[in-house]
Amino acid sequence: MKILVTDKDGKEHELDAVTDWSVMEVIRDSGLEMLAQCGGSCACATCHVYVDPEWIERIPEPTEEEIGMLDGAFNVNDQSRLSCQLFCSEATNGLKVKIAPGSY
Amino acid sequence: MTEAAQQTDVVIIGAGPTGLFAVFELGLNDMKCHLIDILDRPGGQCAELYPEKPIYDIPAIPMCTGQELTDRLMEQIKPFHPVFHLSQMAEKIEKQEDGSWNVTTDRGTLINCKVVVVAAGGGSFVPKKPPIKGIEEYEGISLFYAVKKMEQFRGKSVVIAGGGDSALDWVVNLQPIVKELTLIHRRDDFRAAPDTVAKMRALVAEKKMTLKIAQITSLKGQGSQIEALKLKDETGEYEYPCDTLLAFYGLTMKLGPVATFGMEFQNEVIPVNTATFETSVPGVFAIGDINTYPGKMKLILSGFHEAALMSKKAFEYVHPGRKYRFQYTTSSSDLQNKLGVEEKQEQAA
Ligand SMILES: Cc1cc2nc3c(=O)[nH]c(=O)nc-3n(C[C@H](O)[C@H](O)[C@H](O)COP(=O)(O)OP(=O)(O)OC[C@H]3O[C@@H](n4cnc5c(N)ncnc54)[C@H](O)[C@@H]3O)c2cc1C
Ligand code: FES
Repeated sequence: MKILVTDKDGKEHELDAVTDWSVMEVIRDSGLEMLAQCGGSCACATCHVYVDPEWIERIPEPTEEEIGMLDGAFNVNDQSRLSCQLFCSEATNGLKVKIAPGSY
Repeated sequence: MTEAAQQTDVVIIGAGPTGLFAVFELGLNDMKCHLIDILDRPGGQCAELYPEKPIYDIPAIPMCTGQELTDRLMEQIKPFHPVFHLSQMAEKIEKQEDGSWNVTTDRGTLINCKVVVVAAGGGSFVPKKPPIKGIEEYEGISLFYAVKKMEQFRGKSVVIAGGGDSALDWVVNLQPIVKELTLIHRRDDFRAAPDTVAKMRALVAEKKMTLKIAQITSLKGQGSQIEALKLKDETGEYEYPCDTLLAFYGLTMKLGPVATFGMEFQNEVIPVNTATFETSVPGVFAIGDINTYPGKMKLILSGFHEAALMSKKAFEYVHPGRKYRFQYTTSSSDLQNKLGVEEKQEQAA
């Protein structure tokens, strides 16, 4: 199970995902730069990623809480998600995300 | 301007859960404390990031919220009368000839003490800055992240960005004195208190201000003076003239001035001796999320444990020559006196 993560310099990394871990945890565990200051509690908006357009329809929709928290992120668009609220499973194998400015 | 020095035994930098509990441990050992925090209230991350979220791993408290934990700590340390210096950044610590320390804040508060405890957590809470190149140029002149003096905005064309309480409160407070006011938010839904949102909507309906659903992508100006914002919405990008921007995107943690205090750092945290929680600088301690040692876990309960051990060593600096006495609060009438236990029982009876 893999996810593909583009870092702040635009470099793509293939990371090993772990079932039930959040995408934020996988990114943090890999050592890639990401603030994720609240440790995954949907309380800081510093784990903001852009989900690849091909993937955005295929993952569960954000909760009200996540949509509200995205107010604290910058350059938010239709691909914006908080990576601590995206969880890895077989269904997300190959998920592509890009770490957003303001989150590194 | 610096005031005359205030005197105390220990200055604690950071009023998060660790700093608060340190007051208790130090108090039991006859050490008085002042606390400094850049936030306007105690509680650190618990109060700022998750006041309403539950915590389940505080020993003997099956569940409490971040705010409840803070309130309980404040209650617990009340008998020791800690002095709080809030909304202030501890900027400098300087060793004096007599071995004591002078701690100075950005507001000119000066405190002389025998021991400094750095309980700075994940760093100081500072406003989030939009990731826009060259934004620093405008800061403090035409771009602000807080309102210190309302008067400076009189007669200005002000844009306020954000959708939370700070943004909406300042919309309502500044509208009567500014020339033009626009609120910019990325969606037509606000997380601020419902009655403030209603006031804002009324101002928009009365055409006393403008609401724009958009995001700021860049700033345009001369020198430090903003002349226009570049906004982006569904229709595309366009310029929006204004002379002042107030940006309220919440707070973030930045290491801040403690980095310059002189002790050793390792990846933005402070290595400590795990017997005493002293840093590489004698008389300066580091407890809670700001420190590191083999096996460190950034948990509230770790900070509490560290506070107890720190207090034992701090005692040597504050009360040289006095013998440290290990006692239980259950059985020591001396400790119970300090906690005002008898008074409380009398009051209850
Ligand atoms: C959403 C969330 C959920 C959490 N859940 C749990 C949990 O369930 N259990 C658990 O054990 N832990 C939990 N934590 C972690 C816990 O909150 C931290 O371990 C704890 O807050 C650390 O306390 P502290 O006092 O060391 O630092 P902090 O709480 O970070 O407080 C440090 C304070 O120091 C101030 N400061 C720093 N530098 C300066 C300066 N130079 N001048 C003035 N002020 C300064 C800061 O403004 C801040 O207020 C959670 C954290 C988050 C964000
Ligand atoms: S880590 Fe804080 S919101 Fe995701």
